[in-house]
Amino acid sequence: MKEIILIKNGEIALKGLNRNSFEATLAKNIKRRLADVGKVNILCQQSTMTVEPAEDGFDMDEAIEIIKKVFGIAGFQRAAAVEKDMDVILATAPEYLADQLEEAKSFKVEAKRSDKRFPLTSPEISRNVGEAILRKHHHLKVDVHNPDITVTVEVRDSFAFIRGNQIRGAGGMPVGTGGKAAILISGGIDSPVAAWMMAKRGVTLDAIHFASPPFTSPQSEQKVHDLLSQVAKYSGNIALFTVPFTDIQQKIRANCPEDLFTLIMRRFMMRISNRIAQRNGCSALITGESIGQVASQTMPALACTDAVAEMPVFRPLIAMDKEEIIRISRKIETFDISIRPYEDCCTVFTPKHPRTRPKIEMLIESEKALDVDALVEEAVNGARLEIIR
Amino acid sequence: MAIYLDNSATTKPCKAAADTALRLITDEYGNPSSLHFMGFEADRILGSARQTVADSLKVEPSCIYFTPSGTAANNTAVFGAAKALRRRGNRIVTTAIEHPSVARCIDALEAEGFEVVRLAPDTDGNISVSQFENAVNEKTVLVSLMAVNNEVGSVLPFDKIKKVITRKNSPALLHVDAIQGYMKLEIKPEKCGIDLMSMSAHKIHGLKGAGALYIRKGVRILPHILGGGQENGIVSGTQAMPNIAAFAAAVESLGSIEKRYDHVKALNAYLREQISDIDFVTINSPEEALPYILNISLICIPSQVSVNYFSQNGICVSAGSACAKGHRSDTLTAMGLSNERIDSAIRVSFSYENTKDEMDCFVSKIKDAGQELLKR
Repeated sequence: MKEIILIKNGEIALKGLNRNSFEATLAKNIKRRLADVGKVNILCQQSTMTVEPAEDGFDMDEAIEIIKKVFGIAGFQRAAAVEKDMDVILATAPEYLADQLEEAKSFKVEAKRSDKRFPLTSPEISRNVGEAILRKHHHLKVDVHNPDITVTVEVRDSFAFIRGNQIRGAGGMPVGTGGKAAILISGGIDSPVAAWMMAKRGVTLDAIHFASPPFTSPQSEQKVHDLLSQVAKYSGNIALFTVPFTDIQQKIRANCPEDLFTLIMRRFMMRISNRIAQRNGCSALITGESIGQVASQTMPALACTDAVAEMPVFRPLIAMDKEEIIRISRKIETFDISIRPYEDCCTVFTPKHPRTRPKIEMLIESEKALDVDALVEEAVNGARLEIIR
Repeated sequence: MAIYLDNSATTKPCKAAADTALRLITDEYGNPSSLHFMGFEADRILGSARQTVADSLKVEPSCIYFTPSGTAANNTAVFGAAKALRRRGNRIVTTAIEHPSVARCIDALEAEGFEVVRLAPDTDGNISVSQFENAVNEKTVLVSLMAVNNEVGSVLPFDKIKKVITRKNSPALLHVDAIQGYMKLEIKPEKCGIDLMSMSAHKIHGLKGAGALYIRKGVRILPHILGGGQENGIVSGTQAMPNIAAFAAAVESLGSIEKRYDHVKALNAYLREQISDIDFVTINSPEEALPYILNISLICIPSQVSVNYFSQNGICVSAGSACAKGHRSDTLTAMGLSNERIDSAIRVSFSYENTKDEMDCFVSKIKDAGQELLKR
C-alpha cells in the first residue's frame, strides 16, 4: 500500500491570477521542509495538492508532523492509494483507518467515482465499505448527519484513495509570498510569537539579536538560537545577526540621563536594525512590542523609537494581552525556552524610574553626548551572521 | 588554558580514574550480579572498590553502599531513616543551609506530617552544638546536617551531635552529608557516632555517576529505590561499574588529606590577602571555613555578570547565588547577609591542582572587572 498526503491550501485559492506562483511557492516550501524525511513528488490539481513519497523508507508520521507546521495549508489528509479493485479497497479501509475508527463512536462513508468505468456506483461503494468497517469495528454506529469520522473513498484514474478526517493545517500564507522582514529578538516571550505571526502571513524572516557580554551570558545567546530554531520549524531557515551591544550600553549609561537609558538604547537598536535589514533585502522590521506592556512600549515611547526607523515597523502583538501572547507561545512551543532565567540586553542597566512620556527633543539632545553614527557603524560591522535551521 | 576554580561543582577526573573507567567500559564490562566469569570479575572489582572507600573512612566494607550520585545517597539516607523510625517519633532536626538534595527530601517529609526544625546559621554560616541541644528531643528520629556547607565552606559540628542525641534520650539517626567534606577533612564516622554519611565521587576527582552512603553496622533504613536488590537491597539497580571503580581509583590516588589541605589552605590564605585591599570585594566565608571554598561578593556586580566576565577570560567560578532573576541563595539569606552582598556573591572553590600563579591571574581579573563593569 502506498501512502500520500492530500493538501488543501485554503486562502491561496482566492488569489486569482497569482495563484500559480503562490502554489509553486507552497510546493517548494513543502519539498524543502520534507527534505530531511525524503524526496517527494508534488502534483497540483484544482485546490488540492498531492504529496507523494518518491523514495522508499519515507517516514509518513514524521512528514505529517512537519506538514502541520507549514504555512499556507488550511487542512490535509493522509490517504492510502490502492489498486482500483473492490476487494483490495474493502480489505484496506478498516485496517488503514483502524486508529481513527477505534477512537470514534460513529462514522459514515462517502464515495466519489471520477473513473466512471469502475464497476460499482458511488452508493454501492459506500455501502460495501461501510459493511466491511462494521464487520471489523463492532462498536461503531453509522451516522450520516453528524459522524465522528467520515471515511472517503475516491476512485480516480490510476488509484483508489482511502482517507479519514481532515487534519487542520497551520493556515496562513506560504512563507516567501509576503516579502522579507527582520525580527528584533531578545529572548523573551513576545518576539518569537511576533515572528511566528508574521511568518504565518507569508513573510520570510531574518533576525537581529543584541548581545552584551559579560552582562548577558552565552546561555542567553543559546536561548535565542533555540527560540529561532523553534520558529524556523514554521518559517523555514532564519538568518540571525548577533550585534555586539556592550559598548553602546556602557556609553549610554556613562553619558546620558538614567531615565532615558532604555529609550536611547531602543533607538540605537532601531538604527542598527535599519542598516542590517536594508543590507539584506528586508523591507520592514518586526518587534514583539505590545502597547503599555513596559515603559518603553507606551505610545509616546514607541513614537520616539519609530522616529529613527527608516522602514515600516510591524508590531503584530500591539493590541494583545500578555495571556493571549503566552497562549500562542505555548502552542508554538517557545514558552518553555523563553522562561529560561537568563538576562537579556533589555534587562541590563534598566533605570529605576524610566520615563513613560518621553519628549523626542529630550532624546535628541541627550544623544548629542554620543557619537551616534560611529557607534552604529561599529555595531553593524561587528554583527555576526548564522543561519538557524 | 582554563583556570578552574569551581571544584565544589565538580573536579577534573584524575588520570587513574579515567584509565580505570575506560578499562571497565571496554574490557571488563560484566554485571557484578552475573554468575559467569565476567560477572565474577566485576563482582571482585566492586568488592575491591568497596574496600577502598571503606578504608578511607576506617570502616568495614559492608558499611559502604554505592549509589548513582551524592543526591541519591542523601535521598536514600533521609527518606530511609525517617521511614524506618517513623513509629518512634516524628521530629526531624536539620539546618537552614542544607543542599537541596537533603532540604527537598525533608520538605517532602514535612508535607507528609513530620515536624521539622531548621537551625539557622550565624552570619558566618556556623551552627553551634547548643542549637542542636535545644532542638533535639525524645521524639526526634533524624538529625541531618552537612559536614561542610557547599556555598561558604563553613564546617558544622557534625562530630559532636551524637553525644547530644544520646544525652537527650533520642532514638534519632544521625545523617551527615559529607559531599563537600569527604577526602578534604579527616572524618571517622564510627568515632563520631555518625549513622549515615553521604559521599560523591566527582567532587574528589572521580567521575559523575557514583556516590556512596555509609551506613553504620546495625542501623536499618528502608530502601527508597526498589528492584533487583543490589547493594544489599538498599540501592537497587545495576551498579555503574566504570564510575564506581573510578571512584575507588580516585580515592587511592588522592592519598594524604593533610598534604592537599595544606596546599589549598595556603592558596586560600594567599587569595584572601590579595583581595583584602580591593575596595569592592567582601569575603563571605568565615575565617575558619574549610579552605577549599571561598565565597566573596564583588559589590555592585551581579553574580551572573561576574561569572560571565571571568568565563570570557578563561576563569571558571560559580555564582554564589542563582542569577539576579532567579531566587536568592538560601545559605547566604539564612546567614542574614544584605541583598547587595547576596546578589553579587561568587563561590571560588579550589583543588590541589590550583596554583599561586592562577590566584595572581584571578586577582588581576577581579581588578579589571571592577574597572570595566562598575559605574564609577
